[in-house]
Amino acid sequence: MNRLMNRDRDAARSKMFTRRLALLAAGKMALFGVLVGRMYYLQVVEADKYRTMADDNRINLRLLAPPRGRIVDRYGKVIAENQLNYRVVVVAEQTGSVPATLDALSEIVPISDTERRRILREVSRKRRFLPVTVKDNLAWDDVSRIAVNSPDLPGVSIDVGSTRLYPFGDTTSHLIGYVAPPAESDLTGDPLLELPDFRIGRGGIERVYDLAMRGRAGNTQIEVNALGRPIRELARNEGEPGHDIVLTLDTALQELAAKRLAQEASAAAVVMDVSNGDVLAMVSHPSYDPHEFARGISGPAWRALLANSKAPLTNKAISGQYAPGSTYKMIVALAAMESGISPDFRVSCPGHMELGDNKFHCWKRGGHGPLDMVEALSQSCDVYFYEMGRRLGPERMADMARRFGLGSTLSIDLPGERPGLIPTRSWKLARTGKGWATGESLVASIGQGYVLATPLQLVTMTARLVNGGFAVTPHLTRDLVQERRIAERPQSSFPPIGVPQANLAVMLRGMRAVINDPRGTAFRQRIVDQNWTFGGKTGTSQVRRITEEERRVGLRKPEQVPWRERDHALFVGYAPLESPRYAVSVIVEHGGGGSSVAAPIAREILTEAMRLERERERTRPQGPARIAERSG
Amino acid sequence: MPAHSALGQSNKRLSLGEKLRQITWGLALTILAVSSIGFVMLYSAAGGDWDPWASRQISRFAMGFALMIAVATVDIRFWMKAAYPFYALSVVLLVAVDLMGEVGMGAQRWLDLGFVQIQPAELAKISIVLVIARYFHGINHDQIGNPLYLVWPILLTLVPAFLIFKQPKLGTTLVVLATTAIVFFMAGVRMWKFILVAASAAGAVPIAWSLLRDYQRQRVLTFLNPESDPLGAGYHIIQSKIALGSGGIWGKGLGGGTQSHLQFLPEKQTDFIFTMLSEEFGFVGGLVLIGLYTVIVLYGLAIALRARSQFGRLVAIGVLSGIYLNALINMAMVMGLVPVVGEPLPLVSYGGTSMLTLLFGFGILIGVYVHRDVVVPRRGDT
Repeated sequence: MNRLMNRDRDAARSKMFTRRLALLAAGKMALFGVLVGRMYYLQVVEADKYRTMADDNRINLRLLAPPRGRIVDRYGKVIAENQLNYRVVVVAEQTGSVPATLDALSEIVPISDTERRRILREVSRKRRFLPVTVKDNLAWDDVSRIAVNSPDLPGVSIDVGSTRLYPFGDTTSHLIGYVAPPAESDLTGDPLLELPDFRIGRGGIERVYDLAMRGRAGNTQIEVNALGRPIRELARNEGEPGHDIVLTLDTALQELAAKRLAQEASAAAVVMDVSNGDVLAMVSHPSYDPHEFARGISGPAWRALLANSKAPLTNKAISGQYAPGSTYKMIVALAAMESGISPDFRVSCPGHMELGDNKFHCWKRGGHGPLDMVEALSQSCDVYFYEMGRRLGPERMADMARRFGLGSTLSIDLPGERPGLIPTRSWKLARTGKGWATGESLVASIGQGYVLATPLQLVTMTARLVNGGFAVTPHLTRDLVQERRIAERPQSSFPPIGVPQANLAVMLRGMRAVINDPRGTAFRQRIVDQNWTFGGKTGTSQVRRITEEERRVGLRKPEQVPWRERDHALFVGYAPLESPRYAVSVIVEHGGGGSSVAAPIAREILTEAMRLERERERTRPQGPARIAERSG
Repeated sequence: MPAHSALGQSNKRLSLGEKLRQITWGLALTILAVSSIGFVMLYSAAGGDWDPWASRQISRFAMGFALMIAVATVDIRFWMKAAYPFYALSVVLLVAVDLMGEVGMGAQRWLDLGFVQIQPAELAKISIVLVIARYFHGINHDQIGNPLYLVWPILLTLVPAFLIFKQPKLGTTLVVLATTAIVFFMAGVRMWKFILVAASAAGAVPIAWSLLRDYQRQRVLTFLNPESDPLGAGYHIIQSKIALGSGGIWGKGLGGGTQSHLQFLPEKQTDFIFTMLSEEFGFVGGLVLIGLYTVIVLYGLAIALRARSQFGRLVAIGVLSGIYLNALINMAMVMGLVPVVGEPLPLVSYGGTSMLTLLFGFGILIGVYVHRDVVVPRRGDT
């Protein structure tokens, strides 16, 4: 009975067990089914998405910075190039402790406290596997010492980068500019700009042709692990190196000019080919060392440059606006001829001219006596030009001035070009609300008062005077650089400025006499021992107030006052006399007289230009050759 | 007893030869197949090298396989008798590991006995099944209906479960609880009681939450929204899903798993080995493994069905379910279906103790089949 009951119970238990086992089996299989469903979803339905994510995970696209284009002069001499730069970097995650590693490293290369703080700051900001630069521009000795000690310096390695090298240093810095890391505002989304090593051009040619010199970034696909450590390279695309920029500059002439101007406190000079507008030399003194910027200039050095009253950061050749003084007299003379005044018309100079209650003095106290136009130019008689100015009024002078490139920018391929100023009645009314006084025409006729011009404008004016009357414009590159492309510059075909050759011939006679006539203002600078000579025009102007406006207003030290009160010395000239090829303009700020200070500089520069020309004709009879390895 | 003999039930002792012939070699072969997948993956995990994982795993498997066969020949009545002493030993070891265990991965799990490191939690999984099975074997159907009779087996479960939880080993605790729940269910405990327990468990969630360690809470939170912290706590789940998904249908080939080999996957030789398998052999590879597990489960269920004694049935169900749950949780974990609780994939993940205890468990399971017709007395004392 009991046993029977037990057996029934066992049977019932077995039955229930079987039933529940079926349930359990179904449950287990169902859950495995869920897993399979999930796998199907992840591996079949969503496979592409996850495949992309896996590739994004492992493939690190690294940009390869293209080498920046070089800058060379017209003969292929290198003005800016890239130099290998050895740096020591530290990777935080590979070091036991960054401070300890820096301690060990500082026994090989000195690390200042400031550098140390910067390094530690960068280490804490960056991800731990990214290298942080400890020291730049290592000498080869240091490189090898670090390499030898590397077993004791975990996480320390030598990285090779590239820095910009300017073999001519401060001689070309105003033209070339410099490179510096991009600022926040420079970022355009081009990832190239975000490379730690990338530099963009600041100032000068480096800035104007920055895009062309940058080139196109290559890239390399690197497989990285979860920590970001590179495992292997999957693919590589080298990109395009930047274009080289060929300048019209002649570095030999540039060096001579820079050396000569360095004898003055503050000066600028420009040399131009009168027929095609090639700028052969452009110097602004004092200058600065572009390498300081490429490396990252220190705060005190930067403040010192800014505070310098002689404006070393400014390219005075294009940004300095000066009253042209007597160098403006050719414009007035041409305007006079155009309005019907004969060059033979004589004005008698008693040493001054009276206008109303005012007395306008000639620079020559006793006066010049009666003078025609050529004599008035060569002796720079102010009274003659007062008379012309009185007769002409501002508009006719301004019209002529503009045809010679004054009063507006010339679109040279440099940043920071200033327009100068050529006053007219309407300009004055708009500017001051007052009418034009006749006395102001007199002042303007000798290039004083409101009249302002840059050395670049003055050299362009001179070129247009002596090249047969073509509106040549200045440029620094031999090619036409458009954005990233470089094209051949079209053969120069400058429009005529619309001045009769006869009138220009009068000017040439006048400028010839300035140097070569015994009564000329710069007769002492004439060249007698060569088979060529030069012409030009001196200028002495006092526009201290306006040049001061350009400067940052600073405390004037008493000993500077006399220098600042001195006249600007100017000279514009050309050579050779018979078939002019070179035009030059020189300004020496507060240098004194144009004939005694500026003319000798112009003479030396022109002499060097002629000497170089002859020398090159001997060695390179076919003339300047384009360098062969140009890219683009 | 003619009725018994008619059913083939007997008390006679089997010879060793008969026992070996009774062993389910198909199951043993499946176990070998699954483990071999593990060997291949460990070979790949080491970057195509038998060292350091695959070779050791193979030698452990060889030892374990022999152990499994030996255990399979042990009469299940021995396990009935040994259940309580074995259980007591497990609890003592759990306490011991709590007092002086090696701390690994933020948890005390290992007990170093010098010659071998043991994880008492793994032993406890089996011993709990044995005592519970023995208990339910000893009471009848009516008694099961009486809730008072459930107090003792619940206590038997909760004591070691609590000790495991305290280690802290959340995953194993859940596996132990779920395994015993399955045994309770198969023993005939009424459905409504499970519902009641489930309801009160839901009510206990806030209490349990307060007991969780920070990293465990983080795992749960991260599980709920892994993308919330892609570089932090959710990283492993996301990377695991990427690895799985990028494997596609056919996988990237042996050793070709970029996620696995470029260290995007954590613990690829242990907890995330299924991910690596799925990355390198794709959906098909994962399917093959799940298929083999299914074969094992079906073998286990068939063994439970064939066992005449309640003890044998419940032991078979318990041992099998423990292994099944481990596999399920591990795979669900790497697919982002459940939190990362850190359970290894049975037979595949690298780990000597785990391999030995698993094969020990399989030995008992096979032993149930070998001794399926043995009459097991109500109480262990024959």
